[in-house]
Amino acid sequence: MSEISPAEWTAILLSLRVAIIATLVATPFGIALAWLLARRDFWGKSLLDAIVHLPLVLPPVVTGYLLLLTFGRRGLVGGFLADHLGIVFSFRWTGAALACGVMSFPLLVRPMRLSIEAIDRRLEQAAETLGAAPWKVFFTVTLPLALPGVLAGMVLGFAKAIGEFGATITFVSNIPGETQTISSAIYSLIQTPDGDAAAGRLVIVSIVLALGALIAAEWFARRATARLHGN
Amino acid sequence: MLRVDIEKQLGEFSLHASFASEGRAIGLFGASGAGKTSLVNMIAGLLRPDRGTIVIDGETVDDTAAGIHVPAWRRRIGYVFQDARLFPHLNVAQNLDYGRRMNRLPPDPFQHKRIIDLLDIGALLDRRPGKLSGGERQRVALGRALLSKPRLLLLDEPLGALDEGRKLEILPYLVRLRDEANVPMVYVSHDGAELRQLATQIVLLKQGRVTSFGGVKVLT
Repeated sequence: MSEISPAEWTAILLSLRVAIIATLVATPFGIALAWLLARRDFWGKSLLDAIVHLPLVLPPVVTGYLLLLTFGRRGLVGGFLADHLGIVFSFRWTGAALACGVMSFPLLVRPMRLSIEAIDRRLEQAAETLGAAPWKVFFTVTLPLALPGVLAGMVLGFAKAIGEFGATITFVSNIPGETQTISSAIYSLIQTPDGDAAAGRLVIVSIVLALGALIAAEWFARRATARLHGN
Repeated sequence: MLRVDIEKQLGEFSLHASFASEGRAIGLFGASGAGKTSLVNMIAGLLRPDRGTIVIDGETVDDTAAGIHVPAWRRRIGYVFQDARLFPHLNVAQNLDYGRRMNRLPPDPFQHKRIIDLLDIGALLDRRPGKLSGGERQRVALGRALLSKPRLLLLDEPLGALDEGRKLEILPYLVRLRDEANVPMVYVSHDGAELRQLATQIVLLKQGRVTSFGGVKVLT
């Protein structure tokens, strides 16, 4: 196999940019939601939980189509954002990031939620008796103790985002340099005569990225356990 | 100093306790299941009474009739739990400093040194809680509570998780604390011997009711 071509590099860098932005934007929402699901009881909690997990079980093409209807140029939210804030999603890399963020969200939230659930609530009580207001308890005790889980969620979300295909191609199509990620580049290449070698190279890149992310997530999970035991 | 008159229903168990004390060291004595921890949690503000009032140092922190409930973090109490509950992600020095930071108190190197010396924890400052023995953990928890400058110290069976040898190791520190730290305390225990050494006044709790109140004589 020969070297990675400029066109392939474009797809790889775009994938990285899309996945990094998707993960960074999704993380605060993920932490807030994980905390809500782990620590609060409220009406409609199971429904909210189900909605968060929906992208995991819906056909990605359905999620992509729903995104198109909502965030497209003529969509309810998309139209508003384009007219008032100048943010356009359809057929842009930002749309790819949105699709990847939505699709990876369940995977991003899950480790965060589990790590918050694993924190001994009595430590939070102790913090309260020492004069910490609830938001300070969150930032000085809950979040630091959940940090390895938060990072694990980010890594998993990132890995999922970088491999996302169905929702992305449905929502923002497959435009080289703008919305053509590694996955959609591979899809185009295997439909092209003589595209096998290039597709093979991108397949290897995908495997390396995914494997690296899984190993990183596992490492963070082990750190989380050590942290909770005070070592 | 401390006035309590509360009612609380906890499942099948009903707690109805009333006492007032000016003592420096109030011993809360009773068998396990008598409601001691629930009562202390209410004084701390971690649990809300169904009915009644709690007054600490002249300030009403709970009054259900008036709709007053001061949250735990605004009560300025120190709470030492049976299981220490040190923050595992912070070292001993950071644990000790936590209450001061949360209450935005200026650093007080004099008091800091005095309490570290009083509890003999100077050698532990860089360690993580996971690397401490049970007795050391409990001493650090005591220091952490004291350094938040509480107006009342609550100790819920602080020796309960320790074996006999360790108990004897900590008891002298508690006696020194009572005599030198100048913070009134509520000391919960089911061990009469412990309370005879420490308490100046005893509240005897039986199945959710105060059955006796007075000097350490009531223990016999």
